Order: sequence, then C-alpha cells, then structure tokens
Amino acid sequence: MDLQRRQILYAGLAGGALLLAVPSLLPAARPPGDRRLIFIIQRGALDGLQAVPAIGDPDFHAMRGVLGEVPGVQKLDATFGLHPSLAGIGKLYGQKQALLVHAVSSPYRDRSHFDGQNVLESGGLEPFDMDNGWLNRLMGLESGLNAISLSAGVPLALAGPNPVASFEPAPVGRMNEPLLAKVSALYADDPQLHPLWTEAVDTRRLALEIQQGEPRTATQAERLARLTTGFLKAKDGPRIAMIETQQWDTHTQQISRLKNQFTQFDMLIAGLQAGLGDMWKNTLVIAATEFGRTVSINGTGGTDHGTGTVAMLFGGTVAGGRVVADWPGLKRAQQQDGRDLKPTTDLHAVISGAVADHFGLPPAKTAQTLFPERSVTPLRDLIVT
Amino acid sequence: MTQGSTIRQAIALNRFGLGARLDQPAPNDPQAWLVAQFTSFNPRPAPIAAVPDYRQVNAHIAEIRAAQRAARTMSPEAQADARAMNAGLRDILKEHVQARVTSAVNSETPFAERLVHFWANHFALSANKADLVVGAGPFEFEAIRPHVFGRFSDMVMAVEYHPAMMSYLDQSVSVGPNSPMGRKFAARRLGLNENLAREIMELHTLGVRSGYSQADVTEFARALTGHTIVGTGTAANVAGDYGTAYFMPDIHEPGDRMVLGKRYAAGGAEQSRTILADLAARPETAKFVATKLTRHFVADDPPAAVVARLQQAFLASGGDLPTVYRALIASPEAWATPLAKFKSPWDWTISAWRAAGADQAAIGGTQFMLQRLGQPVWLPGSPAGWPDMSQNWAGSDELMRRVDIAGRMFAQPARPVTPQMAQTLLPGVLRAQTSAVIAKSPPEQQLALLFVSPEFQRR
Repeated sequence: MDLQRRQILYAGLAGGALLLAVPSLLPAARPPGDRRLIFIIQRGALDGLQAVPAIGDPDFHAMRGVLGEVPGVQKLDATFGLHPSLAGIGKLYGQKQALLVHAVSSPYRDRSHFDGQNVLESGGLEPFDMDNGWLNRLMGLESGLNAISLSAGVPLALAGPNPVASFEPAPVGRMNEPLLAKVSALYADDPQLHPLWTEAVDTRRLALEIQQGEPRTATQAERLARLTTGFLKAKDGPRIAMIETQQWDTHTQQISRLKNQFTQFDMLIAGLQAGLGDMWKNTLVIAATEFGRTVSINGTGGTDHGTGTVAMLFGGTVAGGRVVADWPGLKRAQQQDGRDLKPTTDLHAVISGAVADHFGLPPAKTAQTLFPERSVTPLRDLIVT
Repeated sequence: MTQGSTIRQAIALNRFGLGARLDQPAPNDPQAWLVAQFTSFNPRPAPIAAVPDYRQVNAHIAEIRAAQRAARTMSPEAQADARAMNAGLRDILKEHVQARVTSAVNSETPFAERLVHFWANHFALSANKADLVVGAGPFEFEAIRPHVFGRFSDMVMAVEYHPAMMSYLDQSVSVGPNSPMGRKFAARRLGLNENLAREIMELHTLGVRSGYSQADVTEFARALTGHTIVGTGTAANVAGDYGTAYFMPDIHEPGDRMVLGKRYAAGGAEQSRTILADLAARPETAKFVATKLTRHFVADDPPAAVVARLQQAFLASGGDLPTVYRALIASPEAWATPLAKFKSPWDWTISAWRAAGADQAAIGGTQFMLQRLGQPVWLPGSPAGWPDMSQNWAGSDELMRRVDIAGRMFAQPARPVTPQMAQTLLPGVLRAQTSAVIAKSPPEQQLALLFVSPEFQRR
C-alpha cells in the first residue's frame, strides 16, 4: 500500500466515517494505535543493588554487609540476582518479559531528590533547564498518542504543550449529579471551560465505572493497577499512562522497608499485566528512579543518596529475560566518588531506544525530541521488533 | 453608574485585587483606590505579627538539632529528613500559612497583598527542604512584605542574603577554591556551588537567555562565596545564633571578578553586593520584571507596548516599584475586557473565602484544600515558582476538583445567593446565564455555583 493512501485511510479513521468500509485494508502487521506505554516513576531514589543484587561480584558481600545477606534471592545470571519480594517480576523475567538495566543513571550527578527528579522528568541536562517533560514531548511524535497521569495534577514528565488528562488515584464518591448538571449549564457557552468540563465528567464517570465492583480488600497497588489499565483499555482512551510511586528513600531500616516496597511494586506490575489482558502483549512498562544509593550501609541500617541504580522494562514487547549492564565493579576505587554505584549506562539511551522501537518511531529523532539538550545514542536491542 | 465603570470596578477588585467582600464597598474611583493602597498597606498586619518570626523558628530548630546531635547514630541526611518531618515544625508551617491566608482574606488593601504574592513567587522558595519548612513564611513576611512599595534593588538585597534563600539555593555550602579553607581542604569535595548565582541571574534579575554567560555565573558565584549561615554548611561550627546570615572571610574567593564585562575589585562581603546592585539596575532586569508583571496583570501573552512602558518606568525611576505600578495602572490594556486570566488555585480560594466571609475555622483548612487544588502555599517545588499562565491552571481534573470542593465546602449552612449579592461580588461581569442557573437551584448549591461560574474563576 502506498504511503499516500495509508494517510488518507488514517485520516478517515480519525473521523470515524470510513471505519466500516475499509477494515480489511488496514496494515496487517500492526494496526496504528495498539501500543501502550506505562511510565512508573519511583520517587525517593531506589537502591538498585537491593532490587537486583550483584551476588556474583567478588566484592559484593564485603561491600554490602548485612544488606547483601537477604535470603531467597533468585539467581538471574552469573552476576545478578533478584530480591525475593520481586517474585512476580522474576516470573516475567523467565518469560522474557522483564528486562533489567543495571548501573544506569540520568545525566544528573548531584544528590538532591528535587533536582534529580526534575532531570529525570524534564529530560534536561541540568535541573530546571526545561519546563516540560519528555513524556509530553513524546506525545507530539505521533498523532493519537494521548496520555493520562494517575496523580493529583500533572507531573513534570507529562507536563507541556500537549494536553494531558489526570486523575488522582483515590476512590471517588458518588457524583453530585444535580450539581454537575447545573455546572454543565454554567459552562455551556464557554469555549475554554466547556471542553475541559466535558472531559472532566467523562474521566470521572469512567473512573467510577472502573472502580465499581472493586473488592473492598483490594490493596492500593491493585486499585492503582485496575484504574490505570481501565483507562488504557477504554475506547478512545489514553495510550500513555504515568504512575507515581513514593517512599524509596531508605536512609534507615532498608531491609524491612524495601521488602515491603518491593512487595507492593511486584503487585502493581502483576496487576497491570492482569488488568491489560490481551493488551499486555503490546505494552511497554518503564520504571525509573532519580538516582541510586550508596553501595555500603550507613550508620542507621540504610543507604544514602547515590548515583547508579536499576531501571526496569516490562511487557509483551520487551526483549527480556536478561540483565543489561556494563558492570563497573564494586571495589571502592570502582565506585562513583568512592561511595556510589558508578553509572555506566545512560538512562536516556534506554528510554529513547525502548520508546522509539516500541512505537516504531525513528530512534534518532525520538532521542533528540525527548532529550534535546544533549546527544543521546538510543539503545536499540531492548524491544522485540 | 454606567456599564463601563462597573466593569472597571470588577477589574480593580478581581484582576488587581483578591476578589470582592460583601462588607467592603466597591471603589468609586478604581484607579485611585489602587494607588491609595501604596500608602495604606500594612507590611506587618496582626495575623503575621502573631506568628513566630525567623529568629524564633531558628531558635526552635537549634534546640531540635542539639537533641539530634545527642542521638549520634543518625546519618546527616537522615537527620535532615527527620528534622523536616518533625511534627512541631509542621505545626509552625501551618500557623504561617494561616497568617498569610487570614491577611489576604481580611485585607482592605488586596492589590498590595496580591503584589506580595507576586513577589514571593518571583523570589520563590520551596518549603520542602530541611529548615525551610519553617523559614519560608518568615522569609516572605520579613524580606518581601516590607519592600513591595520600595525599590526593586532593596528587595533583591533583602532576599538574596536572607538565610532562607541562601539555604534554599545552597549558598551555605559554597566555598571559594582559592580561599584559605578551600586550599586547606582541597582534597575534600569543598568547592563552588553556583546555584544561588545562577538563579539570581536567571530567575530574579536578568532573566533566562538574556545574554549572560556561564563565565558570568561562575564569576558571580565566586564573589558570593563567604556569605553563609551560622550553624549549617560551611559555618556549621561558627558561634552565633543558629540560622542567621554570616560572612566568613576564610571561604571567600580572593581577587577581582569580571561580570558582564565589568571589573569588580576584591572587596570581601561587599564585592557581591556591588555586582548584585548592578544586576538589579540593568535594562534586562527591567524588561524581565516588566514582562512578568504584565503577564500577571494583563495577559498570558504580555503585550509588548505595556512591557516597554513598564520597563521604561523601571529604568527612569531607578527601579522604584510604585512608579512601575503607576505605569501599569495607567495602561489601558490592563483594563481591557473580557477578563482574560484564569485564577490560580490560590487566587480562587482566597476570593471565595473573601466572598463568603470565611472565619478562622474555615481558613484553617486552606492548605489542605490548596494541596487538593494543586497549589499548596510555599511548595512550588522549584525556584522558578508557580507558573502564571491560564493553561497551567485550567485543566479538566483541576476544574472537577474545584467543583467537588465548592460543592462540599459551601453546602452547609445553606446560603442563598441573592441577585444583589451576586452583583456586589461580580459587578459588571455577572452573566444572566449564571444568575438564571443560580436562581433555579436549591440554596445549598447556590454559593458553590457562583464560585465555579466562569466569571468568578477569571480575573
């Protein structure tokens, strides 16, 4: 099929008019708009060495002390293992649907959460260089790439010129229908507020529908997964979703706190897979944090702000079942500033490569759009194409 | 009264002010009403005088730190986090927020209060960093409020050397590499921190991409070394009152500095002050300030003619802010209709409280409400402050949350909105459609509907 004809068909589809007439003429391999992306931000700095311990590194146990003595670690390969509370992710790894990138970091090299998260989300080179986010700029690369943020307000990663829906993942009470009807009447003639209000009501109704019949015993992770996948599966719904997770900042009692955090995170990933059903095979989930933590334990059973850490990719399009790492080693001299895991892989290369190949976008242009302040070479082998 | 003159009242009350109150008469001469506030403004009204000031909150932090030093097992970062989480400090923050809200809600000089909010956002701190939880309020009360009707350069001086700003932008850890201390501890990671210098140039004075270079930032950062805070960072062991500004010659980078093509002779603490005074007076600064004021008071896309007029007023008067405000008030563009700016959550909440005549009990919940609406006081999360464009606040979920909150807050006790009341609150802009919807609604919905109406949400 020639390009011009395809464009005409797409244009027709957007209007809905040609839908019934031409379904057989759609490109057979992959109809447009079937791919989904979920970005999970892990705020607070996740300790990558606790999630994916380098058990095969000769210095691991000496450097990690008690943090390295968690029983039941699943062996992934000669060097790496997986924390026992990430068992569901371990199963995905076995099915080649989980890919772990180690010793990774954004270009940010200081240790402030606020600055580090700003760089992670904006895709800039320095904190507060850019006032919009890489996920929003991604939306501009393909039409119909709509997004929703499961958060109060739109986080920086999704903020920018492309309009984004947001929904705070809390159970919503019944709608005050009589009031809503009156508000609709107030906005009927307002060119700015009328469309916003229509979308707000639609989103709220959809959320209520998704939450209906949710078991009372559902955990927070299960509720969040249900809501996210509900939006992604909705007809004409968003194709990109962003999820916020918090409390990765384990200065104290890291072993017990991360055990709990990992359990919740594992449940969230399992919930996303279960909730998406068939759509999972066309989905990419990226989880990333602002920076890592110190290699060694501090005086309070935790770790302090560091540099290199782990980024995780899940989903049906991921070329998984492996840990990707240019391993720097754990000897003191091999550490960043003599304290942190040294970053050897660029998070921006991971994100731009994975996202470009997942959506079938030109990689160089994708990297340039998402991370315009520096030259990034996208990593190309992360997605099954 | 003609239609035109009532619209000017609406603009004075809403665009320049913080919304009408039923117990305050609409101004007969809107322009004169605004100008009169230059002199009748009280920088230290009763609610603010009643809360702990900067000295007092730092005395409190000093006690907490002493207690923490006793518990030596904690890492410095864990201590910092624990300090920020301290419930006592959160209570102080809440008192400060309440003082700000009460001052705004009850004010008879709402244009002046809006200017305080404007400048506090121009020189934004974010109260989610250690000591700033309790420093952000006093910073605004002590470094911003007294200078709102003074010279821009005086406000800049008060702001940049205020310990809260020096703490927020890491000045307290900046060390001149060639200073006595810098040389002595060269092996440790002591060195220059450019954060304050960069943000002064980028956000507070010249404006981003206005022609200064990285070399200018670095030179200015060198000049700023030595300015630090007793009890923290480089001056952790200096004797004196915890948290006060302090110049430490031992960490000041020696030598002349070259900033924007001008040489500044070595001069200790005064060197950076001389540079800062020059930055505050530059045409780029005048233009940057003029642009931000115009965006705030006229339109998201600031008309060039207004910006030029304000810039000219700034330069001709040596940065005299009342002169700049006069030029703004005299600009016909500032009185144009329809109301073009969508209220921020702060503006919307304060104007609703003013219209409803909120009491202290209601005001106590404001920070929670603003959190839900996306703009908690002193928590913009970035030194750039809150954005000031309609697109930043007019979102679908945001709109739904305003409706949710209005529906719950103003249902009980039911307060019918009489036509006269609606006219008083929204003179000249109240639409027949809004009046009709309100008239057909039960009393418990009427106030909420008025507050979520398009005309109430704009200024």
